[in-house]
Formats: sequence, structure tokens, C-alpha cells
Amino acid sequence: MNIHIKNGRLIDPKNNLDAQQDLFITAGKVLAVGTAPAGFVADSVIDATGLVVAPGLVDLAARLREPGYEYKATLESEIEAAVAGGVTSLAYPPDTDPPLDEPGLVEMLKHRARNLHQTHVYPIGALTAALHGQELTEMAELADAGCVAFSQADAPLTDTRVLLRAMQYAATFGFSVWLRPQDSFLARNGVAHDGEVATRCGLPAIPVSAETIALATMLTLAHDTGVKLHICRISSAAGVEMIRVAKQQGLAVTCDVSMNHVHLSEMDIGFFDSNCHLAPPLRSLRDRAALRAGLQDGTIDAICSNHAPVDDDVKQLPFAEAEAGATGLELLLPLVLKWGQQEHLALGDALAKATSQPAQILGLDAGHLSVGAAADVCVFDPEAYWKVEPAALKSQGKNTPFTGLEMQGRVRYTLVDGKVVYQSGPAA
Amino acid sequence: MKNPQLNKHGELQHLLTTEGLPVKIVRDILDRAATFLDAADGREISKVPLLHGKSVFNVFFENSTRTRTTFEIAAKRLSADVVNLNIGSSSTSKGETLLDTVDNLCAMHADMFVVRHAQSGAPHFIARHVAPEVHVINAGDGRHAHPTQALLDMFTIRHYKKEFHNLRVAIVGDILHSRVARSQIHALTTLGVPEVRVIAPKTLLPAMVENLGVRVYHDMAQGLKDVDVVLMLRLQNERMQGAALPSAQEYFKYYGLTEEKLAHAQPDAIVMHPGPMNRGIEIDSSVADGPRSVIMSQVTFGIAVRMAVMSMLAGVKV
Repeated sequence: MNIHIKNGRLIDPKNNLDAQQDLFITAGKVLAVGTAPAGFVADSVIDATGLVVAPGLVDLAARLREPGYEYKATLESEIEAAVAGGVTSLAYPPDTDPPLDEPGLVEMLKHRARNLHQTHVYPIGALTAALHGQELTEMAELADAGCVAFSQADAPLTDTRVLLRAMQYAATFGFSVWLRPQDSFLARNGVAHDGEVATRCGLPAIPVSAETIALATMLTLAHDTGVKLHICRISSAAGVEMIRVAKQQGLAVTCDVSMNHVHLSEMDIGFFDSNCHLAPPLRSLRDRAALRAGLQDGTIDAICSNHAPVDDDVKQLPFAEAEAGATGLELLLPLVLKWGQQEHLALGDALAKATSQPAQILGLDAGHLSVGAAADVCVFDPEAYWKVEPAALKSQGKNTPFTGLEMQGRVRYTLVDGKVVYQSGPAA
Repeated sequence: MKNPQLNKHGELQHLLTTEGLPVKIVRDILDRAATFLDAADGREISKVPLLHGKSVFNVFFENSTRTRTTFEIAAKRLSADVVNLNIGSSSTSKGETLLDTVDNLCAMHADMFVVRHAQSGAPHFIARHVAPEVHVINAGDGRHAHPTQALLDMFTIRHYKKEFHNLRVAIVGDILHSRVARSQIHALTTLGVPEVRVIAPKTLLPAMVENLGVRVYHDMAQGLKDVDVVLMLRLQNERMQGAALPSAQEYFKYYGLTEEKLAHAQPDAIVMHPGPMNRGIEIDSSVADGPRSVIMSQVTFGIAVRMAVMSMLAGVKV
């Protein structure tokens, strides 16, 4: 199948390309950029006039809820959401039920995802058995089964000796360890940032020190073990500063932030909006400003959706009782664009945070449109406005803090391995 | 953001918190409460037919005999039909969701819900889901708010001190976990009290509490100096677990209100407490029963204030 995407504005952050150029695809790969190779006959032509042609997005955190939580979402529903959001590769956290701690589970997940022939799914294996934080998983076996890194997801790992051993073992094989820094004692029962809003609303709070103390532990042990450490969902100004210093000192650490934290703060909780019950908690405006500055100076490498669909029943509860999480795959592109626009960034620089950069963290040859690369492409209309309406979302999770808000930027075509897996017309 | 407790005409639709309540509404509630008290001796009048034919449901997801009783008395003196539901011991333990419970109660044609819940924000949540003609009164939610308690406290302060603009008020005790303290702070600042203080050890103060408009003290002698009103808070026994405090004895020694500590306040300072009191933990009996204690007046005024809130929500003009 030969595809010719013509007249689009081709943006490829990794290759520093932003120009009016055509893209030629054959056999699932990028064949040429610019002029058609001799003898190229298109089976299909996509007219991208007025549209941006970019690498498919790479999302570092998308929970598709299988196995175990099919009542919240299914692989089918969430992969449909992924392609509708232009996401062509996603990292899959291990906190399923059972957790991804056995090769068989990982193989089954890979197999199920592959059969859908859509977004590439990259499982993150459990770092410890059942995510209990006590015994190591068979990381090498899990890697053979398809795990690209190892993580505790949101489960605590309080025993620092286990953490040390897990990092040493992962480092032995060159595996990356992905951790979300949160001290479980300081965070106990907390549901909101320990600041003005939690004080006003009387919500049990999580101090910034819950993040920085855990982060100090992780950075210290990463230094000692030489493991490749990826910090997930940084949320505080103090945390960003610690990563900045660690990077300056040459530590092999990378870091991501959730799109929610790039745009929202504790203030958005308002009158107990449970859609803003997220993990980590939304922090202060000052923290948000530091996260944005960290993204710009490269301290934070990537923006992820932190897609965590929850069913309505567990959100229709008083704030603290509601389950943390929000749907996100379909909002990643417009929220990355919005951030870039607010910060006056070149489109390519903004897109890098959700394409080439996360691909690099995952160790994938993805997130770019070099000749020979897999033709994972997101074609979007940067001028299309649309309103976030829960019923119109493909994700089975309908809860998002952005409900009712207007977004700019809409996916028109998503291609995975040179095949159109999603297509939408302009709004009537 | 739309204020969830006012209707589109700016009238009181629900009473959920004292935060953001227009000062005029606060004053109207206090003025209306005064009309329910006999002018001569400050006792309540027996019964008025203002809420005749209306039904008030006391929906308590957390047990409280005292608060529920005062709401019940207030509703009955307004001639309303009162239904008491202790949900804490029924539906939720059978797995029914809060929303289902509320839907069921709405189907029983309640005009007003008086809600107490252990979770901050639960009354806001309920108010969002009831029919537009149904009113919700927050009778205490988690650590968030207890607006009728704060309003009866304001009534009591006004009764004894007449004005708010010249007062120093200290709130003493477990601010961190107290819905009463939060509602008092908002009510006091709304009414123009120029100096509101909180006195507590650091373990019992929430982050950035000064942003609520209060001055923070950790020492009773300094914090009580020259104050006109002392608002004591109840100390929950469970604070001795979880490393908030070492012992009740030490707490009483440093933060319990005694005659000696009260001597730092103005000679005519009044002492208040939302009850139930822990004598010998946060307050000494000699103070609780002493001449400057107005704790029993608070209880009496509480009924009038709750009558005022209920009749105002029902749209009854007086």
C-alpha cells in the first residue's frame, strides 16, 4: 500500500523539520520526504492542505485497564481513544489486576493489542512481585516477553533495601526503572496538595515533601547503582529543581509530567470537583509555573496523558472518596499544543515533548518521520476548535477536568505502520 | 465560578459554608434569629407556623445526637414535619451509594435536607444533585465546614459584644481537623472582625492557614493577650494517636483554657465552646462554668439561628 500525504505542513521535531513537504509511505515505512521517488504510484492520496503532518504521539502513561478492570475500560475502547488522539505508541503501566509481573500476562497483552492492528502498546513490567514492594520480578523474562521498562506504578515501595536491589538488578541488564516519587507515610490518606485549597476545603493533604523525600531516595540509589531512572509525573517546583541538579551532575535520569499538571492547579478543585482528584495531586500555581519552566529548559523531557479512565460510579462521590484519575488520550495533542502556544514555542518544539522525546525515553525508534522509519503519523488540523463533551469521547472513561472546555487542534488522520487507523472529517 | 449556595437572584439556596456568604445574608440570618427570641428575656418563643406542611429530613451519615436534636427542635418550632435518618448505620453499610441514598430521599419529597457527613464536600455534592426546589443545610462535613455552628457563634458574639469591627477573637485548639474553626474564621472575617487569631501547636494547624486571614500563635499567653472573645475547639481523643500530640495532660498544660491563661484576655472577654466539652483537656471546669462562659447561651441561640436559616431557605419572609 503506497500512501502519498500531500500539501501538508510536515513537522518532524527529531529531524528539525518544519516545512511544506509531502510524505511518501510504502510497506508501512516512510519512503521519502519532499519529492516522490521515481516510479512511486500512490494507492491512496491524503490531501493535508491546511493540516499538520507530524509523527504519531508517544504517550508515556496510558492505563488501558486490561487485565482486571474491564468495567472501567477495555483494550478496544481505549485503543480507539488512542488513535483518535493521534497516539501511535503508548507505555502501559503495570498496575493491572493481576499486575504485569509474569511473562504470560505481558505476552497476552501484547498479543491482544497486536491483533487490533492499531496503536503500538509497550508494557512496563512490575518492578516487584504483585507490586507489593517485597520481591523482585523476573525482569529479564519479562523483558523477553516485551516489557520495555520496570515500574511500581502508583504502588508504594517503602523498603529502601528492596529498591536498591531492584535498581541493581535492573542495571545489570540495562533496564530502565520508572518510578513516581511519593513517600507513602507523608501521603497517607491525602487527596490534595498541602496548601491553600486543601486548608480551605478541609481535605486531607499531601505535602510537597512526600515527593522530594522519595525523589532524594530514588536519585541517591540511581547514582549508586548506575540504573537508568525515569521519574514519572513530577508535580512540584522543589521536585523539578532536584531533577535539574541531578541532570547537571550527570545522572542518567529523565522525567515526565502529566498534561493535567501542565495546565491545572489546586485552584481548579473549586467546590470539590472530583474530576480534579488526581494522582499526584494538583499543586500550587507556583508549582505549575515551575513545571512549565522545567519543560522549557529540558529538565522535564516529556508530557504524558496519564490516561486513567475510571467509571462514573467511583467519581460520583465526595472528593476524597472518589477514585483518582482522568481520561486523557484524546486530549494529549490539544493540551500539548495549548501549552506550546501559551509559551510561544515553535510547533515542533512543543510536539517534541510528546513524540521524539518520549520515544527516546522508551528506547524506541519511533516518534519521528525519517526515511525508513515506521510510518506512524498524526495528521491534525491546528485550527480546528472543539469542545470536550464526555459523550463524544471514545474512551470508556468520561471523566476529565477539561469537560466543557474548548480545545484547539483536532486529529484528522492517524496512521500506524503506514495504515490509516483513524480518520475524521472537519466539524460540520 | 458560580457560588453553589446562592440562586440566580442572589438569595440563599443552600447553606453549605460560611465562606463567600454575602455579609448581608449573614446579617439577615442573625437579625431573623433575633426575632425568634423573646425581646424581654432572650428566651425562644414556643412555636410558629412558618414551615407548616414542609418536611425536613435530618440525614446524618455521621452520628451526632446533639446537633441533630437542635435541628429537630428548630424544625419543629417552625411547625415542619421532621424525619430523622441515621444513614451511618443503615444504607451505606449495605453498599448503597451516596447518590442512590439522595435519590431515594428526594423521592420521599423532602423540602430540606440537613446533612452531616464525614467527608469534606459531601453536602456540596448532594446540593449539586437534588432538584432545584430542595434545599440543603450542611450540619458538618469532614474538616470543611459547619456553618450553622459558626452562625450561632456570631449571634452569641453579637449578643454580648454588639459590634464586630472592634474585636479581637482567638480560636484555640485543633484547627487542622476542625470544620467549626474554618466556618468561624470565614464568618468572622466576613463580618469585619479586624483581628482573628488561631492558637495551636504546629501539629494541629493546616498549611498556609494565615491565608484564611488569621494570625497564628503557638503560645496561649501571647495569643490570648487582650482578646475579647475566646473560641475553644473540641479536641478529638484520636489526636493522641497518629503523633499529633503526646498526651492529653501535656495538651491541657499548654493549651487548655484555665483561669490563669484567661487572665491574659480582656477583663470582659467571653468564652465559647461548640460542645461537647472535654473538661480538663481543652478547658478547665472553672472556666467552663465560670462567669465569662457563655456556652449555655450558645446552645439556646443555636435553635433560633437554625430556625432562621431554615425559614430563610424555605423562602418565608418575616
